[in-house]
Parts: sequence; C-alpha cells; structure tokens
Amino acid sequence: MPPVIRRIARFFTAHVDGLLLSAILLLMATGLIVLYSASNAGMARITSQVMNMLVAITVMWVFANIPPHYLMRLSLPVYALGLALLIAVALFGDVVNGARRWLFIGVTRIQPSELMKIAVPLMLAWYFDRYEATLRLKNYLIAFVFLMVPVGLIARQPDLGTAVLISASGCFVLFLAGLSWRIIGGITVAGLSSLPFLWSILHDYQRQRVLTLLDPAQDPLGSGYHTIQSTIAVGSGGWLGKGWMNGTQTHLDFIPERTTDFIFAVYSEEFGLFGNLILLLLFLLVIARGMVITANAPTLFTRLLGGAVTLTFFTYVFVNMGMVSGILPVVGVPLPLISYGGTSLVTICLGLGILMSIETHKKLVQS
Amino acid sequence: MSELMINPGVELRNSQLEIHHFRWRLAVATSFVVLMFSLLFIRFFYLQVVKHEHYQTLAEANRISIVPIVPNRGIIVDRNGVVLAHNYSAYTLEITPGKVENLAALIDDLAALIEITPKDRRRFTKLTEESRNFESLPIRTRLSDEEIARFAANRYRFPGVEINARLFRQYPQGEMFSHVVGHIGRINQRDTEQLEADDRLANYRGTSYLGKTGLEHSYERYLHGTTGVEEVEVDSAGRAVRSLSRTPPVSGNNLVLKLDARLQEMVYRAFGDRRGALVAIEPETGGVLAFVSNPGFDPNLFVDGIDPQNWNELNTSLDRPMVNRALAGTYPPGSTFKPFMALAALSYGKRTPQQVISDPGHFNFGGHVFRDDKVGGHGLVDMFKSIVVSCDTYYYVLANDLGIDNISKFMAKFGFGSRTGIDITGESSGLLPSQEWKMRRFKQKWYSGETISIGIGQGYNAYTPLQMASATATLANDGLMFRPHIVNYVENITTRERTFVAPEPVRNLDLKPEHIEVIKRALVAVNKEGTGARAFAGAEYESAGKTGTAQVVAIKQGEKYVESRVQERHRDHALFIAYAPADKPKIALAVVVENSGFGARAAAPIARQVFDYYLLGKEPARPAKEDDSAAGN
Repeated sequence: MPPVIRRIARFFTAHVDGLLLSAILLLMATGLIVLYSASNAGMARITSQVMNMLVAITVMWVFANIPPHYLMRLSLPVYALGLALLIAVALFGDVVNGARRWLFIGVTRIQPSELMKIAVPLMLAWYFDRYEATLRLKNYLIAFVFLMVPVGLIARQPDLGTAVLISASGCFVLFLAGLSWRIIGGITVAGLSSLPFLWSILHDYQRQRVLTLLDPAQDPLGSGYHTIQSTIAVGSGGWLGKGWMNGTQTHLDFIPERTTDFIFAVYSEEFGLFGNLILLLLFLLVIARGMVITANAPTLFTRLLGGAVTLTFFTYVFVNMGMVSGILPVVGVPLPLISYGGTSLVTICLGLGILMSIETHKKLVQS
Repeated sequence: MSELMINPGVELRNSQLEIHHFRWRLAVATSFVVLMFSLLFIRFFYLQVVKHEHYQTLAEANRISIVPIVPNRGIIVDRNGVVLAHNYSAYTLEITPGKVENLAALIDDLAALIEITPKDRRRFTKLTEESRNFESLPIRTRLSDEEIARFAANRYRFPGVEINARLFRQYPQGEMFSHVVGHIGRINQRDTEQLEADDRLANYRGTSYLGKTGLEHSYERYLHGTTGVEEVEVDSAGRAVRSLSRTPPVSGNNLVLKLDARLQEMVYRAFGDRRGALVAIEPETGGVLAFVSNPGFDPNLFVDGIDPQNWNELNTSLDRPMVNRALAGTYPPGSTFKPFMALAALSYGKRTPQQVISDPGHFNFGGHVFRDDKVGGHGLVDMFKSIVVSCDTYYYVLANDLGIDNISKFMAKFGFGSRTGIDITGESSGLLPSQEWKMRRFKQKWYSGETISIGIGQGYNAYTPLQMASATATLANDGLMFRPHIVNYVENITTRERTFVAPEPVRNLDLKPEHIEVIKRALVAVNKEGTGARAFAGAEYESAGKTGTAQVVAIKQGEKYVESRVQERHRDHALFIAYAPADKPKIALAVVVENSGFGARAAAPIARQVFDYYLLGKEPARPAKEDDSAAGN
C-alpha cells in the first residue's frame, strides 16, 4: 500500500473502535431491513434514514477524534448553555402536541432536552473528577441538584421519556462515583414510599399511561391501543416470526408509530423470539464493549462518562423493548440505532463516539 | 500510568483501590444489565412461546379489529322545532390513496362503472392534498342502489376502494342560517393537533368531520357525542366476520335555539339582494331571536369538502358572503349613537333635558366647520327634540362638553368596543376610541376636534351590529345587560335532560330611571313624529327607535353629499335601532343595510316588518320596500 493511502486510512481509522463500529453497523443494517418492511417498502423513508445514519456516523467519527480532556473543558459551558436553553423553552418555547419542548432560534426550532442527554453526564463526570480527592456526601448532594434541575424542567414540558433517560444517566454516574450502598438503600425505600406523592404530581395523560399499562383494555381507542396492538404483534411472532414483510399486524396498519417508537413490534412479529435473541445479543455486545472500555478508562472523568454513556444506551434499549412488550408504560423512547428518526440517532452515535475516543486516546497515551 | 500523568497529586495505592472499587461497581451494573435483559427475554418467551397461540389467534386467524362507532351528531332546531341542521345516512364510494398505485387510472376505471364528474375529481384531489395517505376519502357520495350493486359485482378489481355507509350533515335552510349555525368540515391537520392537545383525539377516531364555524363550532363538545367501540374479528382480507363486544356510541346532544326560524326567514327575505345585517334580541334574557348577515352562502357545500370552483367564487365575490357581518362587520353607528350620547350627558350632569341650544346649522371648532344635515339648522333644540329630529349640532356641542374620556368610559359600559361574549366564535370587538387607544394605535395624542364627530357616531368609532343590538336591548331593559346567546338549551337525547344556557346578567349599568325615561320618551317620539314615523305609520303597538346613517367615505369640507353622484359601494350605510313594545320591550334590534343611504328609508321598514311579525304574527305582504320619500338621518 502506498504510504499516502496508508496515511489517509490511518487518519480515518486511528480513533475508531473496530468492534464497536461493527456492532453499530450491524444494528443499523438491521434497522434498515425492518424499516423497509415497516414503511411498506417505502423507499423515501429508507433514503432519509440512510442520510440520517451518514450524518450520525460522521458525528461519531468527529467525537471519536476529540480527546477526552477537551470534552472535560467543555462540560461546564455545555451544561450551562443547555440549562439556559431549557429555561428559555419553559418561558418562550413553542407548544407542539400539547408539550412545550421546542425553542425557535432565529432560523430553526431546536429541542434543548436532546442536548442535555449528553450535557448532564458530562457535567456530573467533570464535577466528580474535579473533587475526586475529597469526595464527601455534600458533593453527591450537589451533583444530585445538577441532575434534578434539568430533569425537573424537562418533566414539566412534559417529556417523560427524555426525563427518564436523563435521570437514569445521572443516577448511573452517582452510582459509579461510589455513592454509598446505605444511601442507595435509603433512597430506594424513600422512593417507594413517595410513590403516592409522585402520582399526585403527574399529568393526567401520564397517569393515564400508567393506568393503561396495568389494564390496557380500559382505553382501547386511546393510550391502551398502542400496548394492545404491539403486544399482539410480539406474541404472534412465535419462535421464528412470520417472516420479513409478512407481519400482518404491521401490514394491516395495526401497529401505530411502527417506523419510530414501535419499530421493535414489527421486528419481533417478523423475526420472532430467535430474532429477538439475536437483537438482544447485538445490543449486549455494544454494552459489553462499552463496559470494557469504561473499566480500562484512565481517569475518573472518562470512567464515569463512559459508564454513563453505556448504561444510558442500555436504558434506551430496555425502556423501548419493555414498552413495546407491555411491561413498561408508553413513554416516547426510540430503539437506539433501529428506530426511524435523525435526532436520537445523532445523540446516540455522539455518545458512542465518546466511548471510542476514551478507548483510542488511552492507547495513544500509553504507546 | 496515565493516571499519574494527569493527576500527579493522587497516591498510587489509593488510586488503585479507587479503580478496584469502580470496577466492582461496574460489575454490579453489568449484572443489572444482564438481569434486565434476561427479564426482557423472559417476557418475550412468555409472549411468543407460552402465550403464542393466544396472540396467534388474535393476530393471524382472527385478527381483532377495534372499530370505532361514530356517534350521531346532535341536531339543531329553532325555538319552534324547525330543523336547521340534521343528519342523513348515505352510501359513499371511498378510496384509500395509500393502498392504490395509480390513482388516476383507478379513478378512470371506476368512472366506467359509476358516474364521477370532473367536479368530484377536483374535490377528491383537494382532499388527498389535505389528508394523510392511509385515510379513506370519499370520491362520490349518495350512491344509488344500482351503483352500489354495480360496484359490488366488480369489487375484486378495485383494491383500496370501498363502499361505506356514512352519516352526512345537512342544512335544510341553506343560506339563511349560514352565519349562525355555521357548518362542519373535514378534520384537517391543525384540528388534529388541537384535538390531541385537548386530549379529545381518541373520541374522534372514525370521525372525519367537526364543526368549523358558528354554533357547529362553538357547541362542538355537546354536538359530537361519545364514540363507541366495537371489537370485531376480521378475516385475512380485513373483512369483519363477527362482533366480539360492543360499547354503543352516545349520540351528541341537540341544540334548541332561542332563534325563531320564521322570523329569520322573514328578515332574510326583507333584505333581498341588499347587503347588511340584523340582530334581534329579547331584552329581558339576552336570547337572540334573529341573526342575519346577508348575503350568506350554502353551508351544504362544505359538508363533503368544498370543490375549488365554489370555494373561489365564495372568496372572490365582491359581496363577501363568507363575512359574518352581524358578528364581525364593524360600522360607524351614525345617529343611532345619539340616544347613548344624550344618556351619557345626563349621567355626567353635563346636560339637563330642558337645556336648549340654538342650532344655526353648523358648529365651528378650531377653524373647522361641522355641518348639520339640515341647512339653516333646527332652530331651538332641547334634548327630546335633538333625538326626534336627529339634530347634529346639538351633539357636536355635547360631545365637546363631555370629552372623549367620559364618552369612552360611558359607552364601554353599554358594551361598545368589547366582545359581547355571544355563544359563537369569531366576534369582532369593534372600536371604541379613547386617548389611550389613539396613542397605542397611532402614537399620537387625541385632538379635541376628533371628539366632535364621535358625538354623531362618525369618526373613529365602529361597532358590530351585534353590539348595537345588545346596547339597544340593554337600554330597553333599563340598564340591566344580559349576555346575548343563541342557544336556549342543550338537550341530552337519551335522558331528555335539558341544560339551559341561563340568562346571564353581565352588569347593571345603574342608570337613573328619570334619565332613561327621557331617552325612551324621545325614542318613542322618533317612531311617531320623527325620522322613523313613516316606517311605523299605523303600527298597532308603540315602538321606539332611532335612525342612523353612516358615512362610508369622508366628504370634503363644504361639499354636500349627493347620493346619485357617489358610487354604489361608497354610498352611506343605513342603520336603525329599535325596540317594542315601548312600555314592556319584548324585542330589541339593530339593523344595518350597506350602501343604502338614509336609515329611515332602507333600515327602518325592515324593523317594522320584524316587529309586526314578532308581536302580531303578521306576515309581510310584500318585501320591505325602500321608502323613497323618507328623509333625515
């Protein structure tokens, strides 16, 4: 190979983690196959999703090339910006479908809660890293405030799905940063006993979602409809599924949002338990690789950040699959790398790019 | 090692312990992940293996389809039970564009079986542009039995095409009630978003229409009803096989109006092809007896989705039939403002009824001459005479003495310049000028010269016919103001329970009875010996009224308004406010006839017919003709 080409190849591959990338590409390919069936062989969606994927992979590559200590410097400004935008949303945001999530900034509308999915773990990891030598209970409390302020603002929009994802990512950081078991136990007990209070502050439609989860039949036209139909789709898939493009639930229009949040119902109906197992293993591969990268990460910042990214990825998968199979309430969480839609795809790939950066920059330091 | 390079202050041993702790935590997290994934897998196993047969049955052999059952929309009737909006059932030919490859070719094939006119095609094209791909859209409505049979025999050739029985809305009275009852229309993207935001979308599953304007819009929640649900088994082609369970729909409630359809029809006829509006109100309740905006339009055109040609015609017509003149049209009140001005002067103590001015036929203010309509003036004028002969000069002086702030404060109490809160939407608030308003609107201070023309109802002020009628009703009711309402009660058709739109006093104006007495006496005299006398000659009841003429274009200083010289659409508007019987008012109204000159000539005869019909049951022998000999404003 001529040295120029080798150099170019190195430029592109130096900071890419091969194993992680392979798993990601396999998942994306699966996503396109399911999307083709879910959109009734509609090429428009496929084309647009391929474009989304190209953008997301580019973002991933860019972040894989940013050394972690640059990210560290950005943590506080990015968090502050995200918080400012969230407050702006609460004050002047546009209401779409009854939720105030979007902010109009001159040329386009943005959804600042998406930024917070990355900004919150960054901020917490930076904070714990900064006070690494002298961590006290006080620090955990402060970190908890950093977490709950944006979560509260997002839950108020209301955007329950994003609020769940962000609080999960924050809690993972707190846990990995060594929050003592006694406190975790205490919070669990307190959390369970405060459920009635939580219930009282939920929005009516959120309560409705929880109630329909317990008994989907009570609202078969409204929120229960999603759960009833997606459960039937999953269940009727059987061992091996009905075969690609043959899902009746899918192709007779029974599954709502079947290209986005409920795409797993389509997959599950057409590829069955066997397909589900493969998909779970693929996701597990990404998570396992993330865990290994995290375990070998050189600094507290990178360890916490890597752990949070990996576990948030897991949360996406679990909440989405749980919702489609009817064990979790319907909250708007997409299936990572599979669901149609550009925004979440970019956010997820950005996180995976950070994982690659942690891994590959460690190697550089050591060599 | 990198640890040391980045964090040189941290002890090595300690750091290794930290890493050990961290990895231990990471292992716990990993176990958690594996545990949760196992849980998911168990759930999948349960659904896909243990309960597979159950779900297989539901999905494959007998797919359960949850079919919404659309409720009957409530009907709308007038006070005597005359139907203004009802439903009929008809078969429609519907296409789901998402299931069809070549739409144009398919429609051509269909047209060979069933008549499809170019108009049907255009309407359908417009519908497809506005709707989502998987919705079933009507291309033909009201199929005959023969057409249904012909299609049924050829059905296999047309996947994605269906015949459905649907309920259609019909407005038997057509144009006459178009601006009160309004119409329904297909649910569009914006409606869907609104319904979703209000958490009402589930109740609209299966429904493709909702109220867009008028009562159909404002009483949508009552009229729509509750959608029922039927769980049916469908075969692999999606055809229903049998019903599993059924929650019947609950029909929407009926609306019974205060409106009198025959009175409305009479008014509508009286207008003929003249543009204008009339609102008649029952003073002691605020109930609306007639609500006419002419011209109207045929609301039935909107029911199946309006075709582009009709739509363009309605929108480009010079007569603007889509504008609800009674509700949203604003007109300068002209001389009908004078009785309210007089009342304001009495209330603020700026005039006594006996005070007399001498009217030379004009009023000079700041180098500007304000003309009276009568050349040479009305001579000595007191308050009573000022109303009866409609003397301008009296009110120029009076407005100047009151000042704009007093005028706007007083008129606001009568509801001028603010929405009445009537039970249909789209109401205009009109314009009651004040110093503050002018500063806000034009960033200019108010000139006292501008107050003077306000005195005779010209200048900046402009009100809706509804506001004028409501103010007249309030005056007739001695200052107790009710919110105008069109609906008398909402009737639940299963329980027969009636929910009344109760008379709602908005406020009591606290006017002195002796002041009201002065004004009312003068208004009675208007119809006996004044500007309204000719229209009410020989009436079998005592009525009160005031004529008015509103300028459409300003007339230059010193120039005289000569009707024949002015373009038809620049001619003055004729106005008339009235109530009857004078001692115990049963009906109060305001009428505006656009570009028809003096109020006495064009507007007052319509009021006379309304009173004759409403109080005596007398049908007019002929349409209200313009009374050419009447003069004055």
